Amino acid sequence: MQQVRDGGSLRSLARLITAVENSETSAATAVAGLYDCTGRAHVVGITGPPGAGKSSLVTVLAQELHGRGVRVAIVAVDPSSPFTGGALLGDRVRMRDLTGTGIFIRSMASRGRVGGLAKTTANVVKILDAYGFDLIMVETVGAGQAEIEIANTAHTTLVIEAPGMGDDVQSSKAGILEIADILVVNKADRPGARQTVKSLEMMLHMGPAGGTRHHGRVVETPAIMAQKAVDERAWQVPVKETVAIENKGIAPLVDAIRAHYDHLHATGQWQARERARSRRELDGLLRDRFMAQFEQAVPSVEREAIITAVAERQMDPYTAVGQLWRKVQGEKLSEK
Amino acid sequence: MNDDPNTPTYKPRILIAKPGLDGHDRGAKVIARALRDAGMEVIYTGLRQTPEMIVEAALQEDVDAIGLSILSGAHQTLMPRIMQLMRDYELSDVPVFLGGIIPEEDVSAMKALGVAGVFGPGSSIDEISSFVLGRIPVRE
Repeated sequence: MQQVRDGGSLRSLARLITAVENSETSAATAVAGLYDCTGRAHVVGITGPPGAGKSSLVTVLAQELHGRGVRVAIVAVDPSSPFTGGALLGDRVRMRDLTGTGIFIRSMASRGRVGGLAKTTANVVKILDAYGFDLIMVETVGAGQAEIEIANTAHTTLVIEAPGMGDDVQSSKAGILEIADILVVNKADRPGARQTVKSLEMMLHMGPAGGTRHHGRVVETPAIMAQKAVDERAWQVPVKETVAIENKGIAPLVDAIRAHYDHLHATGQWQARERARSRRELDGLLRDRFMAQFEQAVPSVEREAIITAVAERQMDPYTAVGQLWRKVQGEKLSEK
Repeated sequence: MNDDPNTPTYKPRILIAKPGLDGHDRGAKVIARALRDAGMEVIYTGLRQTPEMIVEAALQEDVDAIGLSILSGAHQTLMPRIMQLMRDYELSDVPVFLGGIIPEEDVSAMKALGVAGVFGPGSSIDEISSFVLGRIPVRE
């Protein structure tokens, strides 16, 4: 692990990532040993529906950033099979031109997680951060409407859309579009691209910063949304048009990513996001601990019996959880 | 969760790539899919990979094995280069297996280069999959 702090061999970096992916114990040791070297890299999330061009865009963004002297790493997540646990990780197909540049690419399988990332993605990001990469791009599983976990991991989230993916009601729906710090309409040379840009801009225009406009009058914004707008100190989410495979619109998009980084630092949002992220991370780890304690305290035979009782309608789920919980508590009392 | 490749929870990571210029990637895709269905994590890089691309991907992805498909007849040129790069990157412990069209008389030359196995047309999926699982080096 010492080898991974501030550089070291790429093989030791790659091996540490594998260890962290596969073992909670290795993850705990690695993160404890490296944590003081983390927090430096700008973590940029790339999400959007399958086929919108995420991998192609990541490739040209990485090239542009590399050209500006930024040390880039890429973590690309693809789904695991719910049946066999196997996965076909194909993001590298689009990233062939990055060979020999020093850009580090790592493919990850989601391993049963449904939020768009793997459980261990955040830890892999920490390792790459400690190794010394300046900017880490995290490409999610092809995302639909609710895969928003990336916003908890990245400082800057790009949501990639492509033309022709639905009418403008889609863009008013809650979920993935709300997490965007930058919206990208890729394949902007396709018919309907203007329409997509317009409906996204309309959606943003109706958002918290401006208040909802109806017949030209501003309708009051709910307090919580207004507060969010103030907290973010009016970062105006830009809509950027790109054609990734022709390298069009890429430099302005990189400028927008850098501008968001500067904005986060200038407004104190960087610290606020780090704090929110740390809170969620601790909550998650605590939850895992509680579950592990529970599984230890209540033998699986007893758990199975209660599951059967619930399935057969002999007990309701709330009563069942009450019983299981008392068993954990009983365990704790007997320890004293 | 476990580090040990010999336990069922460990997901072997396998790189499947097509070096060289022929465009016949069906075989590589069939193998990638089959290993996926056998519960492995397959990193598929696609067509027209240079030896440098393949070995760099193997290094970054920390794969347990590499499967290459060559139907162009260029294996006598590509494989020595790939095996040399594997040594340069200190990846000699990662087994390489080969599929596609490799004439019978070239198989021993491939093995002499350090290729762990050669699977021509007619090889069964099960045979390849258990070969791969059997060759994965044990991690410390």
